[in-house]
Amino acid sequence: MNFLLINFFLISLLLVTTFFIFKTTSLISVVALTGAFTLLCSAIYVNLDAVDVAFTEAAVGSGISTILMVMAAAKLPEGKKNKLINLFPSIILAVSISLILIIIIANLPLLGDPNAPIHLHVVPEYLKESKDFFHIPNVVTNILASYRGFDTLGETIVIFTAGLGVIALLTSNTLNRKTNFKKNNKKNER
Amino acid sequence: MRDKISSSPVLSVVSKILFAPIIIFGLYVQFHGDYGPGGGFQAGVIVAAAFILYSMIFGLSKGETLVPIMINRYLMCVGVLLYAGVGIVSILLDGMYLDYNVLSSDPSTGQHIGIILVELGVGMTVATVMIALYHSFASFGEINE
Repeated sequence: MNFLLINFFLISLLLVTTFFIFKTTSLISVVALTGAFTLLCSAIYVNLDAVDVAFTEAAVGSGISTILMVMAAAKLPEGKKNKLINLFPSIILAVSISLILIIIIANLPLLGDPNAPIHLHVVPEYLKESKDFFHIPNVVTNILASYRGFDTLGETIVIFTAGLGVIALLTSNTLNRKTNFKKNNKKNER
Repeated sequence: MRDKISSSPVLSVVSKILFAPIIIFGLYVQFHGDYGPGGGFQAGVIVAAAFILYSMIFGLSKGETLVPIMINRYLMCVGVLLYAGVGIVSILLDGMYLDYNVLSSDPSTGQHIGIILVELGVGMTVATVMIALYHSFASFGEINE
């Protein structure tokens, strides 16, 4: 019962936050509200006993990405307010997507159902053998780093590549800044 | 933007006090990931947050002296190479790629070593990529003068 009440409370807060994200026109408040949104999401994950996911969501979603969004918002030209455009197409899109999602949700297995397909494939094996074999209590770590080592390697490379891409796009001149400076100075002297 | 140092003493004092505990918490999350929630990804982000806080409060130039851009970029690569290198080492020790069992005479200890090294690689890459992202965003649009 407590579980349900907390979940209900968090999800209604989520709805309120979403409404205000939709309603505000100031960019910086949208960023702040998005941070609040992901923090609420991580609270919901804690309520669902998915502590690792919640931790990641809190650190990455509401921590770093909010900072990056603030930085990006600070770089945008001032004075331009986000005007409300014609909402009709987006409302139709939103309604149809939510209808599809509701239909899908009706076909999902119940929350915590032990006979759900995802709990029958390899999960019982992992849960059973990992503690005796690894002597590491956190099964999530075992799955992430050992059973699914290739996936995690791929994820790390994805993050690395994303970093490389951003560096290549945004800071093409930072390394040459000093040399350019010297060159320009020489040109000016001439 | 670059050298805009926060004028508020509250911010600078609080960020100076918080810097070390944030990094220690990051290390705790990194190495306690085997026993509780956490691991490389989260730890990397937390450690990066400390450095980002520092360069937010004291200006980008000071942040750059703390973590030079080039060293940051090298560490990005070192993280990925550490992860991939563990796989190569396990091939050299007659195992399969990323098969940590062969890293030690006892398979269980081998798994421990492998998981810790791999998580360290992930943490290193994530932390340095986040710092690099912040630096790129913050220094974007600067006039080269």
